[in-house]
Amino acid sequence: MRVAITGNDAAALAMKQINPDVVAAYPITPQTQIVQTFSQYVHNGEVDTVFVTVESEHSAMSAVVGAAASGARTMTATSANGLALMWEILYIAASLRLPIVMTVVNRALSAPINIHCDHSDSMGARDSGWIQIYSESAQETYDNLIQAVRIAEEARFPVMVCQDGFITSHSVEVLDVLEDKEVREFIGEYKPAYSILDVDNPITVGPLDLFDYYFEHKAQQIVDMPKAKDVVLKIGEEFGKKFGRKYGLFEAYMTDDAEVVVVVMNSAAGTTKAVIDELRSKGEKVGLLKPRLFRPFPAAEIAEILKGKKVAVLDRAMSFGAQAGPLSIEIQSALYLAGATASDTPVSSFIYGLGGRDITTDNIKHAIDVAKEGRHGHFEMLNVRE
Amino acid sequence: MTTIRDLSKAKEGLASGHRLCAGCTAGTIVRQVLLTALNKYHVVVGAATGCLEVATTIYPDTAWTVPFIHNAFENAAATISGAEAAYRALKEKGKVDKEIRFIAFGGDGGTYDIGLQSLSGALERGHRFLYVCYNNDAYMNTGIQRSGATPRWAATTTSPAGKKIPGKPQMRKDLTSIVAAHDIPYVAQVALGYPNQLIKAVEKALEADGPSFINVYMPCTTGWKFDPSLGIEISRLAVETCVWPMYEVDNGEWRLLYKPREKKPVEEWLKLQGRFSHIFKREDKDELLRQIQEDVDRKWHQLLKRCGEE
Repeated sequence: MRVAITGNDAAALAMKQINPDVVAAYPITPQTQIVQTFSQYVHNGEVDTVFVTVESEHSAMSAVVGAAASGARTMTATSANGLALMWEILYIAASLRLPIVMTVVNRALSAPINIHCDHSDSMGARDSGWIQIYSESAQETYDNLIQAVRIAEEARFPVMVCQDGFITSHSVEVLDVLEDKEVREFIGEYKPAYSILDVDNPITVGPLDLFDYYFEHKAQQIVDMPKAKDVVLKIGEEFGKKFGRKYGLFEAYMTDDAEVVVVVMNSAAGTTKAVIDELRSKGEKVGLLKPRLFRPFPAAEIAEILKGKKVAVLDRAMSFGAQAGPLSIEIQSALYLAGATASDTPVSSFIYGLGGRDITTDNIKHAIDVAKEGRHGHFEMLNVRE
Repeated sequence: MTTIRDLSKAKEGLASGHRLCAGCTAGTIVRQVLLTALNKYHVVVGAATGCLEVATTIYPDTAWTVPFIHNAFENAAATISGAEAAYRALKEKGKVDKEIRFIAFGGDGGTYDIGLQSLSGALERGHRFLYVCYNNDAYMNTGIQRSGATPRWAATTTSPAGKKIPGKPQMRKDLTSIVAAHDIPYVAQVALGYPNQLIKAVEKALEADGPSFINVYMPCTTGWKFDPSLGIEISRLAVETCVWPMYEVDNGEWRLLYKPREKKPVEEWLKLQGRFSHIFKREDKDELLRQIQEDVDRKWHQLLKRCGEE
């Protein structure tokens, strides 16, 4: 079935079809439409979900931890400052290995307060132990959320599915949606390994760990998290076989013979594809690599695509004081580990679009021009006044 | 009503061997609450970060014989509300069939201060759970810092007895009234050393079809600086001096649970505790004592009025 809806409504529709046991969420621009649309589903009796209308994002994440520990399939949604307020509990959710699925509508962090898109919110949470999946479009947001349920439950890590605030969250897009039955069958029934509602088999969740055990528990996270990559691949493939839209760890667009490859996530990848099509028509060998999975980071797989090419990494967030944005740092580290050098794989880094600033096709062409010159270590902000 | 004798046969929710201080009365309170609850129901427990949680769940050991969840410091109410929501969802789907009650424990730091928003939200949303605050008047787990529950002129490590400022200058906030203002079915304020009152309050709270709250006064041997054998006595004196009156708000009706035959001067309670000893060495001792007595008297009369006793 094809419908014309916004990215937010696509997320809410996915939630409706997933029909989680518990949702706890709080409104924040630009995610608000998701909780509004979902509330309507709840009040119309279109879902069986117990919807906990919490008084803050901190309590949203706290309540889904309580619900997930009780063996319930749980979801939540947020943006920007809301995600920042959850920060403490993000780590707890991940460390308790609870399969919570959260849809994040990317928005700039304050200050100054700004409601528009950048990736500072989810990039700030990249070390929290959550699997992070990024979506170029409403279609990808929808598909990723449905897959995220399976990924979270099989990998036993929480998953955040990100899309760009306003750019895709508020744009109407025509997308292919699945039948309720198809979603239900794809995600299957959740069978939790443990539940605090199992009163006959009492467990203690969230104990105090000191220097004698904490490190071993962290070691389990460190060892297990990269394995989630295989789960993401397997489920992306199965989704493709069943519904015709296959998903991997990233999308490589015309990279095979490319001399210059642009690396960028979420909606700006769409703009970049238009640039690549245009330049290809003029005979220029350019391509795009759009990471889908950012945590765990598919370092070796990405390096295999990029090695030997000239690379322009476009970041929509900055790690203040670092050498480049977080995506570029990951890419450079991946390349170095794969044995790439400054001379065979020069990497130029760009920051774009903070606080919703447009990125134009000319900006992307400029980044490609810089990369073509092989200016390794080049750092630049695009479309910003001096 | 369930008697103490009944409880002697009930299932223990908190096993011995935990690492609370010798003379700590938090364990006594939790045991009595859980014995009462487990006498009739299955129970899932949540706890805020604090003495109780750290002393009972040192991995790989646990003192909890019932399912237990600790999430963080300020979110015991939100966490248990999520568990209760999951219970409703899964019960509706036939995946859980037992009759379960949800009880969250938090100290005064996790309840009066950092967890107040989370508590208020969960109360307003109407989850069926009991929140028990074990109130020992300060942040004891981190080493006796002042909280919103610390009474006037008590010395703590962040309101020390200085030459210029003799302890905490402010009076405690009246959390039980704040909770009662949420119009939830059942609220009680009781104290250690009155097990029958606590048992009755827990029974009423768990019968209530909605949120309930019990604020239990819990003398802390370490933080209040008294002999570990005196916990019960000091708790009873808090009630006899009306420092900590016992009352309930049952479906909006305020009722006094205990009226001292003769209201004792607050000095009798203060002088047993090291945290007030500096007062008695000061030149302005009478003025400080007058202020403390005035706080107690004002709140006591306010309560008597609310309960229709005067």
